[in-house]
Amino acid sequence: MEPADRGGLAGLMCEMIQRGAGPYSSRDIVELQDNLGLDHSAGVSSTLASYGATMPADALSEALSLYAEIIRRPHLPIDQLEDALQVSMQELRAVEDEPTQQVMIRLKQMQYGDLSGRPACGTQDGIEAISIDDVREYFLDWYRPRDAILTIAGRFDWDTVREQCLSLFSDWEGGSKAFPKLDTGKPGYEHISQDSSQTHIGFSFDAAPFRDKDFYCLRAGVGILSDGMSSRLFDRVREQRGLCYTVSASTHSLFDRGAVFGYAGTTPERAQETLDVTLREIQSLGDGIEAAELERLKVRVQSSLIMEQESCASAVASMLSDWFHRGRVVTAREIEEIIESLTVHQVVDYWRTHPPKGFRVVTLGAQPLRITMET
Amino acid sequence: MPTFCKTTLACGLRIAAEVDPRGYSASLGYFVRTGARDESDVEAGVSHFLEHMVFKGTARRTAADVNRELDELGGQSNAYTSEEQTVYYATVLPKYQDRIIDLLTDMMRPSLTDADFQTERQVILEEIAKYEDSPPFGAFERAMERYFGPRGLGRRILGTNESITAMTSSVMRDYFSRRYSPENIVLAAAGNVDFDSLVEQATRLTDNWNRLENADAPPPDDPNVFPEGISNEETIETPDASQAYLVRVSSAPKINDPRRYATRLLSTILGDESGSRFFWEMIDTGRAEACAMWPQEFGDCGALFTYLVSHPDELTANRKSIDTLIEQVIRDGVTEDELQRAKNKTLASCIMQSDRPSNRLFGVGNGWQMRGEYLELDEMLDRYRRVTVADIARAANESFASTPTETYALAGALL
Repeated sequence: MEPADRGGLAGLMCEMIQRGAGPYSSRDIVELQDNLGLDHSAGVSSTLASYGATMPADALSEALSLYAEIIRRPHLPIDQLEDALQVSMQELRAVEDEPTQQVMIRLKQMQYGDLSGRPACGTQDGIEAISIDDVREYFLDWYRPRDAILTIAGRFDWDTVREQCLSLFSDWEGGSKAFPKLDTGKPGYEHISQDSSQTHIGFSFDAAPFRDKDFYCLRAGVGILSDGMSSRLFDRVREQRGLCYTVSASTHSLFDRGAVFGYAGTTPERAQETLDVTLREIQSLGDGIEAAELERLKVRVQSSLIMEQESCASAVASMLSDWFHRGRVVTAREIEEIIESLTVHQVVDYWRTHPPKGFRVVTLGAQPLRITMET
Repeated sequence: MPTFCKTTLACGLRIAAEVDPRGYSASLGYFVRTGARDESDVEAGVSHFLEHMVFKGTARRTAADVNRELDELGGQSNAYTSEEQTVYYATVLPKYQDRIIDLLTDMMRPSLTDADFQTERQVILEEIAKYEDSPPFGAFERAMERYFGPRGLGRRILGTNESITAMTSSVMRDYFSRRYSPENIVLAAAGNVDFDSLVEQATRLTDNWNRLENADAPPPDDPNVFPEGISNEETIETPDASQAYLVRVSSAPKINDPRRYATRLLSTILGDESGSRFFWEMIDTGRAEACAMWPQEFGDCGALFTYLVSHPDELTANRKSIDTLIEQVIRDGVTEDELQRAKNKTLASCIMQSDRPSNRLFGVGNGWQMRGEYLELDEMLDRYRRVTVADIARAANESFASTPTETYALAGALL
């Protein structure tokens, strides 16, 4: 949502809104979070800004009040803007020192478009241009109830919490600003030259977004490629050939578009082979999968759904993602049923009729690589 | 209310479990009392390399079998190597307890074939390269080497390019024979575990564990010669780095020292990632990307780390600010309020983590292996509650009495 020449503004908002809100100063907020025992986090993605915490059950009511103040009545103090901008600059420099992140940031822009895929860390020019007016305007435009989601999981009484939420939020208004137009990315290969110990490889291609009815067929295939030590990428790139330590692929979505993103890190002498083998494995998934591969995926999903019941933090994040992408909560039972019902034929058919193509590839290292196959 | 159960098998294997039938899962693991500090120069990195090799197959299973079974059992398994331990663990639905114990126990007697050794060597070299490329670019390893010396606790866990390239599979097999004997190992468990079944199965499966080949230790290292690939300069040159990195090491209580709780709380007050004195002075102001303090506890000593990351031009000024903050604590101590807040944060975190057997497993396994002690949650919370402002003052005096050892990673010279 940030203006094109204010790259980093959305991330800065995250910093600024926690620097005093309602009756609390910046220090008060941190003290309260500590005393309530909140394990808290805040962050910005391409589409959402989120603020959350895990806590002992008896802290919920006070935590809800605190976050209502932060979201609705932040001070956005002008005398802390400079400090907040410095924090953003530190984060930007941190990214510069992480070659993996540099690759994935550029890749995301190639995949979705320079604007749609822009990174939360922003750019130096963008951050340096931010004024307090930008901050206030952004808050008024986007920190609105429209499309806002609050999820809660754990030990609490629904009626009590509902009452409290009504009193905290029912008079919250606004949110009519039009969403900015999104751009699109396109296939290609870019190399970032750097004298690093490893060659870092990132790749992506268009794929079904989370809300797509065929998403689980996509997800099953990506799981067979990358979940666990018997997955194809782990087995064929790392275990059998010793080509790398890290190789993986995962699904990702903006609201209306999705992609598969993957990464491999390897020493320069092995980089070409790593890239070739990895892309080949991904492209050959549509040739067929074994029943045992799909069966293992199902067991993994079932196990993790059951064990996740031990963790409120997972539940709350899943619910948020579901609501944003699908407009409702998808229960664990429903997911289990969907996964259980998948057949080899369905998954293979999906990958055959939606083959990975239009690859974006980014490498970072001393030497560029060759894309040797039809991508 | 969880129950603690323990036994020692005839072969010497110790079993310790915190049984809680309310859990949705069971977490189980083998904790081997061997790590980087037990290695000699020719074995540098062998504990970690061996950790990888344990997954590469046994008499009954190929590497593919092992990987497939781990995934069939839910895929929530992993391993790690530290200075003092190598740990292999998995979290499964309770119904899979028998199968995971069968698998993990079998893996603890790996084939260690030469062919797998050669392939996996490449993966280890890749792993070494990966850490070379990411912040802080070897500064922690160098800091440990400078503080403890390049051997013992200062031995690099991954080894060096030189030591891994030169290593042979027979060195690894000898090391395994000497270190993976049953009396050196704890089988730990937490959560929805059937203890009797665990003991019965482990007894049966470890029947032949004592039959390890005799293997001589390698010749002693020459203390006057640095291991290959290791140097001890204060600064690591990182020409491409945007940020500058500083790691400081000073002393802290060891793993069974009752004073360790005070040192942990001191670190929280001074250097926790949020709400600490470092945080307000250095992070909230945007002066540093990272500025934190934390202790690490080993069997016979401890170390207190201070970590600072900022723009190179500001590193010296930032370092001075850290010194001032430390001096203030030595001079004036901490407030009751600060201590209470640190306790609240710590206690809440302990309580919330204890919900998951996968977290409790490490407390059970580490405690039994390294201290011969089981610490139930309430007792741990009470130990934190009992810490006083005077205890904090003592901890500060002990840790900050002598000048810390410093290590830098940066491009160019320090201003």
